[in-house]
Amino acid sequence: MASKTQKTSEAKLNTLSAGPDERGHFGLYGGRFVAETLMPLILDLETAYNAAKDDPAFQAELTDLLNHYGGRPSPLYYAERLTEYFREVAKSQGGAGGAKIYFKRDELNHTGSHKINNCLGQIQLARRMGKTRIIAETGAGQHGVAVATVCARFGLPCEIYMGATDVARQSPNVARMHMLGAKVNPVTAGAGTLKDAMNEALRDWVTNVRDTYYLIGTAAGPHPYPAMVRDFQAIIGQETRAQMVEREGRLPDTLVACIGGGSNAIGLFHPFLDDKDVAIYGVEAGGHGLDVENGHAASMNGGRPGVLHGNRTYLLQDAEGQILEGHSISAGLDYPGVGPEHAWLKDTGRVQYVSITDKEALEAFQLSAKLEGIIPALEPSHALGWVTKLAPTLPQDNLLVMNMCGRGDKDVFAVAGYLGIKL
Amino acid sequence: MSKKNETRIDRRFEALKKEGRAALVTFVTAGDPDLETSQAILAGLPKAGADIIELGMPFSDPMADGPAIQASSLRALKAGQTMKKTLDMVRAFRKGDADTPIVLMGYYNPIYVYPNEAFLDDAVAAGVDGLIVVDVPPEADEELCLPALERGLNFIRLATPTTDDKRLKTVLKNTSGFLYYVSITGITGAGAANPDDVQLQVARLKRATTLPVAVGFGVRTPEQARDIAKSADGVVVGSALVRAIETSLTQDGRAAGNTTGAVLSLVEGLSTALRTS
Repeated sequence: MASKTQKTSEAKLNTLSAGPDERGHFGLYGGRFVAETLMPLILDLETAYNAAKDDPAFQAELTDLLNHYGGRPSPLYYAERLTEYFREVAKSQGGAGGAKIYFKRDELNHTGSHKINNCLGQIQLARRMGKTRIIAETGAGQHGVAVATVCARFGLPCEIYMGATDVARQSPNVARMHMLGAKVNPVTAGAGTLKDAMNEALRDWVTNVRDTYYLIGTAAGPHPYPAMVRDFQAIIGQETRAQMVEREGRLPDTLVACIGGGSNAIGLFHPFLDDKDVAIYGVEAGGHGLDVENGHAASMNGGRPGVLHGNRTYLLQDAEGQILEGHSISAGLDYPGVGPEHAWLKDTGRVQYVSITDKEALEAFQLSAKLEGIIPALEPSHALGWVTKLAPTLPQDNLLVMNMCGRGDKDVFAVAGYLGIKL
Repeated sequence: MSKKNETRIDRRFEALKKEGRAALVTFVTAGDPDLETSQAILAGLPKAGADIIELGMPFSDPMADGPAIQASSLRALKAGQTMKKTLDMVRAFRKGDADTPIVLMGYYNPIYVYPNEAFLDDAVAAGVDGLIVVDVPPEADEELCLPALERGLNFIRLATPTTDDKRLKTVLKNTSGFLYYVSITGITGAGAANPDDVQLQVARLKRATTLPVAVGFGVRTPEQARDIAKSADGVVVGSALVRAIETSLTQDGRAAGNTTGAVLSLVEGLSTALRTS
């Protein structure tokens, strides 16, 4: 047993993109830590996904949906004024740098974020498996809206679990889910945020396991979810590769994406993992700052390995292994864990994980709105917060791609509140 | 590796078989509603009729549990319960009771961060007999189950209505002590299972194993316990007991004079039902 495991991990040294192993491990991380009631179903799901992945008909149908319903490919946009701005900043600091900034415009997708990529893939799989009811968890509501959308499109009943705190701070998305015919179940347990919604969705699933498909929104949870969600989101990185080669004749030098569970980030990063010259940054939610106890949601920079929600990964937890709630201004990032592939990429050093505070994200939000006419969601505002720090330090010929993974319509009232703007 | 009749659990089931009755397996959460009251409940359980004690290790995110056990877990954590205190409770219990088996039940993360090997050593030293860890499937046996078996602990697995015969082989492979049949697809404390279904399922499980089969999830009343005991070797009651704790509490959530008594009298009623069936 031990030698077999060793052989698998040795084989993986040649490539960073071949994971997970047959039991769902990315190094130490991942796996399938779920109650026995769910195990048979998760094994079925793995079989069904492996079959679908290799079925040209499934892939063709998915591509058609992504293009004509989801609005793909999303543009790769040269953010000229931001580029100029960062070059001015560099000059004012006595430098000559200022990377060339591109946005991967996944906020232009149907439903306003990258979430639709994964939902179209999984709803096709659920239908193939003959499931008749869909459940999901949501934090900011972006995933909930995308699930409600695909369920409306395919005529399947759908229940969304959402923390009561998030229901209050993301009301536009709650309204959208209602319009789309979904039932939204507010969860009052814990702090009423994403982790509590996921607990409640798991309780529903274990109760209704035979007819229900659990459409997880991020690249976390028990195997095969982290790999499957990554595969459905990898379209982001695949398009970016082709688009950048077409625009600039070469690959980008730098990639930046925000990390909650990490699905948009792994989607952008994965097709570039073996391109050693591409620098990759994942940006966690620093909340009030990493030094503030339970005041951030940076699982990798401020947590340690543990087991929750079906996988081993970095978690925000106390000395006793009790899970902390975490905090971020962004409802989509305040999850106390992270996808297991990110945990592994952190340990291997392939991706650098950094953090951006609430305040820095708010500043970046305004910068994008005012200089580019793009109102970003608070989640990618964290990615832009890091770009703001990084770009002036890079040379002008450095091609930087930031994933603009969601639009900020859902956040404008909350942001106006934070900024004290009277409407 | 533990052999049959080596552990307190094996010996207890053997003795009950001779008596011709099913075991009453009781679940309470360690430290609920506070350490002192919880220790008193634990000490009183054998006399009230508990044959095997499941002691919950509280966790912030009990994903397989219903509202009653979620609340009991949070009460214990709020009162300052830690894994060390839980193990100390077992140690204190053992001073007055050398025979009643204690099974620690809970979720993996508090064990994982302890970490595993140190936890298993401390559990054995404290007098723990077995473990039920809800979110560690047989696929991960090498990290907790096998080291537990090597130390002479029983590792008790759950079988569920979704466990088909093929899966059952995997579940049974390293299971010892007893097999815990979850009688419904769902969380603890949810609706009761149909006794006829339970009988069929227990018969199916018994064809696959010589281990005793205990049945739980949704058992609340002496009548239900008696029905299930007709086919099963053990009946597990949990949510009903922690709900008795909850309803006994004062308005500000503290233990009342009757908290311990409320739980123990419920156990007495269940025990009487099993002894007279």
